[in-house]
Amino acid sequence: MSSLNQYIDLFEHNRRQLYDSSPEVFNRLRPAALSALERLGRFPGKRDEGYRNFSVDEVFAPDFGVNVGRVSFAVDVARTFRCDVPNLSTLLGVVVNDEFRPTATLLKNCPEGVTVMSLAEAARRYPDLVASRLGNIADNSSASAALNTLLLQDGVFVHIAPGVRLDKTIQIVNIFNASANLLSFRRVLVVVEDGASARLLMCDHTQNTDNDYLSSQVVEIFLGRGASLDYCDIEESSERTSRLSQMYVSQEADSNLSVNASSLTVGHTRNEYRVDLLDRGASAEIAGMAIAGGNQLVDSSTLIRHLAPYCHSNQLFKYLLDDNSRGAFEGLIYVAPDAVHTEAYQSDRNILASEGARMHTSPHLEIYCDDVKCSHGAATGQLDSQALFYMQTRGVPLAEARMMLMQAFMSDVIDRVRIDGLRDRLRRLVERRLNGDRTTCGDCAASCNK
Amino acid sequence: MEDILLKVDNLHAGIEGKEILKGINLTVRPGEVHAIMGPNGSGKSTLSGVLAGDPKFNVTEGSAMLHGVDLLALSPEDRSHEGLFLSFQYPVEIPGVSMVNFMRAALNAKRKYFNEEPLSAGEFLKLMRQKREIVELDNKLASRSVNEGFSGGEKKRNEIFQMAVLEPRLSILDETDSGLDIDALRIVAGGVNRLRTERNATIVITHYQRLLDYIRPDFVHILYKGRIVYSGGPELALELEEKGYDWIKQQVDNQ
Repeated sequence: MSSLNQYIDLFEHNRRQLYDSSPEVFNRLRPAALSALERLGRFPGKRDEGYRNFSVDEVFAPDFGVNVGRVSFAVDVARTFRCDVPNLSTLLGVVVNDEFRPTATLLKNCPEGVTVMSLAEAARRYPDLVASRLGNIADNSSASAALNTLLLQDGVFVHIAPGVRLDKTIQIVNIFNASANLLSFRRVLVVVEDGASARLLMCDHTQNTDNDYLSSQVVEIFLGRGASLDYCDIEESSERTSRLSQMYVSQEADSNLSVNASSLTVGHTRNEYRVDLLDRGASAEIAGMAIAGGNQLVDSSTLIRHLAPYCHSNQLFKYLLDDNSRGAFEGLIYVAPDAVHTEAYQSDRNILASEGARMHTSPHLEIYCDDVKCSHGAATGQLDSQALFYMQTRGVPLAEARMMLMQAFMSDVIDRVRIDGLRDRLRRLVERRLNGDRTTCGDCAASCNK
Repeated sequence: MEDILLKVDNLHAGIEGKEILKGINLTVRPGEVHAIMGPNGSGKSTLSGVLAGDPKFNVTEGSAMLHGVDLLALSPEDRSHEGLFLSFQYPVEIPGVSMVNFMRAALNAKRKYFNEEPLSAGEFLKLMRQKREIVELDNKLASRSVNEGFSGGEKKRNEIFQMAVLEPRLSILDETDSGLDIDALRIVAGGVNRLRTERNATIVITHYQRLLDYIRPDFVHILYKGRIVYSGGPELALELEEKGYDWIKQQVDNQ
């Protein structure tokens, strides 16, 4: 029996409460999600193509609590974000489990044309705007995404009005903190209208690390004509926190997306990206980095669909796997028949730092058009022993030489981060992570409390 | 013992069970320049690799002492701290590690070894600037990744630059002339000569006499089939240039 059933039961038992406490925009999406789930019947598992290394069914199997009753958990934000690295001043919102909480600076400093608020609140205040995008970029073909919609209660809404170029970085900090094991359905809707631009930093943290957590996250992004979004995602939760994140992106003509994702501390994580380049000149760059040890599992899955001419995409994924950690990457570039002058690149590079680490990689191209430039490549290996010896002969101790090579390995992913001030912090964070320091929120790359 | 910098005694070493060095004996004193020449495959690069501690070689017999310290018992980094430097025939490219960070790590590791404080940023940069001049190394190269995209000449100059920074007691230059045009050769050799003192010594490993026009050796050794089969003064190099290695090979093979 699939672990999906317990969540459908949960929905049935709490239907009344869910409907009563949620905005109409959410409730209108539930029937289609429910019928999709009944049709699908189960979560994908290890026997399913694309999920061989990450069984959604197993991840959802434990009997997590779901906060249907909207119990509010106290979170000591000040304690969590005692950041020692200043200078990154952001518009900060905090998501505790799945509940959005704005900060005073966010309410005060949000410029004209910029909306960062609770998704539930936005759905009540701007029902037409939210309804026009929510659930239209993602769809119900994936069981976990459909379930996210079925049990949707809150999330984050970011809207940038046409032509508004936001200088400040918007930062959303996701925090797990509960008195028992918890599953949170997180939802993010980002709409960057024509000619607008924004930068968004997402950080995942876990405050009470004694419990098991699972976040099922669906991120929907719409980029209008000429719009631009730099999206950075840092996972620094806990070894008992797992995550299934599904990002769906629709890009209009000449829009520009940059995603940079770092998985530093997490239990099992799977990051899915589906990017639709819908019109001429759209471009998407997705970079992902992971440092995994212990029994961590990091899985990434991309689908970039070139559906129009003159679009550009570039993917770079790099993992460093130690101990008994496992990594997986599955990437697909799809080029539609009339998507002439497509440029699409995909590269996956990995280092296995121990005998026990394992990497599974499968790059794919599906090209139905002649006039394209596409490439893909994957390589998995060890640290360069010649380089190590060379460094040692100059007096650099072996452990330090290894560290320098590992940092160097990640440098091109970090260099692609487009949020100024974040690159140096990520470098420092990577260094600490490689040193074996368990990161705490105090070491976070971003200064959330500023 | 005081006046002996390097003493190699009956050194046997090999790779994957195959013996390459079959009893090397070599004594180097402070202030001296030794040239080691020999045909391809005679073990020249193995000797430099073994002395520097390349883990791919196994030492099976013999010893190597650097100013009385048992080299073979030390890690490659500690050999460096004790004053050994190897200039690589093929310097390794290390993408993502900047020259500046690399040299700072190297220098500060050495200072730590001798219980000294790390250099301040100002002191370090000043030192880099001074040492760069010795081999006319472009400032731009210092900000790039180690050897990445360097030309052959730049790589070799970079080796001598690192040697200048680390101030070794004994430098081994492994085929430093390979891949160099005549101008680069002059600059590299000039750098080596400027770094010579009464206290330190140099071993030059080379195929050709050419480099020895610029770095004048006190002694020339011929390595063949894993042994030093012939030693002489600088004139031996000229003789080799003229007659090739065949007469040496014949002499040894007929024994």
